[in-house]
Amino acid sequence: MHPAFSVIFLTTLIGVGQGLFLALFTAQSYALFDLLPRQDSVGFYACGSALALVFLVGGLIASFFHLGRPERAWRSATQWRTSWLSREVIVLPAFMGTVFLYGIAHLLEWKPVLATLPGGIAIDLTVMLGILGTGLAFALFVCTGMIYACLRFLREWHTPLTVINYVLLGGASGFTLAAGFSALAAPELVRFFAGWAAVITVLGLIGRVASLFRNARLKPKSTLQSAIGIKHPHIVQTTQGAMGGSFNTREFFHGRSATFLRSLRWWFLLAVFLVPTLLLGMAMTETEAALSFLSIAFAVQYVGLLVERWFFFAQANHPQNLYYQSVA
Amino acid sequence: MTQLALVIDLNVCVGCHACVTNCKEWNTSGEAGPMVDQNPYGKDPTGTFFNRVQTFEVGEFPNTETVHFPKSCLHCEDPPCVPVCPTGASYKRKEDGIVLVNYDKCIGCKYCSWACPYGAREVDEQQKVMKKCTLCVDRIYDTKMTEEERRPACVRACPTSARLFGDIHDPESEVSHAIREAGGYQLMPEWGTSPANHYLPRRKIKLRIRVDEIERADNPLKIDGLLPKPDKAEPSLDDVTSW
Repeated sequence: MHPAFSVIFLTTLIGVGQGLFLALFTAQSYALFDLLPRQDSVGFYACGSALALVFLVGGLIASFFHLGRPERAWRSATQWRTSWLSREVIVLPAFMGTVFLYGIAHLLEWKPVLATLPGGIAIDLTVMLGILGTGLAFALFVCTGMIYACLRFLREWHTPLTVINYVLLGGASGFTLAAGFSALAAPELVRFFAGWAAVITVLGLIGRVASLFRNARLKPKSTLQSAIGIKHPHIVQTTQGAMGGSFNTREFFHGRSATFLRSLRWWFLLAVFLVPTLLLGMAMTETEAALSFLSIAFAVQYVGLLVERWFFFAQANHPQNLYYQSVA
Repeated sequence: MTQLALVIDLNVCVGCHACVTNCKEWNTSGEAGPMVDQNPYGKDPTGTFFNRVQTFEVGEFPNTETVHFPKSCLHCEDPPCVPVCPTGASYKRKEDGIVLVNYDKCIGCKYCSWACPYGAREVDEQQKVMKKCTLCVDRIYDTKMTEEERRPACVRACPTSARLFGDIHDPESEVSHAIREAGGYQLMPEWGTSPANHYLPRRKIKLRIRVDEIERADNPLKIDGLLPKPDKAEPSLDDVTSW
């Protein structure tokens, strides 16, 4: 497939936003049970939600560049019964709205108690919004992953690993950003976030390497023989019906060499997983310089994710390419 | 249930591109708006087509065969491109099984083209919507035309009658007969999309006759004799080469 930068930015940016929100609410739930020190509503939760929203809005804006007719985008919420893309179109604004309300409730200190747990722990509005947002964040990960995983012809994507990796890679980058953000807003949480970011990054490494191994062993189901229905073992295309290329040659080929694709794999394994894990570890020990370590960790990981997503698209080999092997 | 479809005879197609040209001509002047080209007279001409003819060489030199392969939307009975559409612009008509795009609803997200294993859908780079073969839905129901004219433009244009058009769910239709009797097959059957369009395979067209087939060696009624040999003195049929 030809990787589109609009989709690369959409999936990576909203992944960061979702991960950051999950990190914020994880800290709040720990604090609810007095496992972590409580944080300032405005300085930590409201600012953190605003930061998450910046990434989510960035992703939403990027997604519009993928559309030929963005003015009709509202129509894409109608087919949620069958289309994962339509479901994503519904869940993304719902999640953004929940993050916004969560931030506002913290900003205005608007925390009416809605329920009380047996131990006397008060469940206020922000907790309920956080639970709702957590559900929507995971729903959004599943929608985004399933957009690719549901296409059975694109066998590199048609695996549960696609969804798992969207969850893990979004979570890893979000928790890394949360660690960097807490170095500014809540220094006592740096070790908590950095630790979880490292754990999710390592889990992400396992998931991504598993999908790399799986895809390396894939044998194409369709062949030129099944594509044109002629059983001869030796078939060569001589023309494809157009000399100057077509939508089919532009949309489904990445146009780079196999060597380039292979080398890219090492770069993103280094940038998404290895370097950030080391930097997160260093930030946990050297708390004085944590902010600079964590900013570099997030930047390297995000650039690595852009490369990873480019590779993710480029690696998918569409069966229609069998019909477009030779120009003339 | 009706399922309109094309049946394309690869044994007869000569690769003249008349179907491509007539398809483009009819559909670019239709009510759905033009199918726009970019650089039509420039270095890399490209544009939107519903139908393309490709050529494949089968076998190794000198024993090769050239196969011309017309390729358009196959109007799958279980079209994978339809459920993925987020706006409902892609749909399959219940009454005749044609898969269509509503150009006024399409947002140009290209997701349906990813979901089609055949590469049958093409984005119009000017209108920014997805386009595909309509089986000339604006022709085949036009009562102002004669019965003969109410067929897709590509079928009308084919000089060798390599393209048949009809309802594959009607067992007595021309296309159903062709599929049954001439080994009609579907493309990429491994994906279970059940394409409505079928292709008829290449076949041997030499007729070999062995001696025993003329002389009826089996001689079921035991009354056939050998053909009488003319006397050497008699003139032969042509009366020239008498032996």
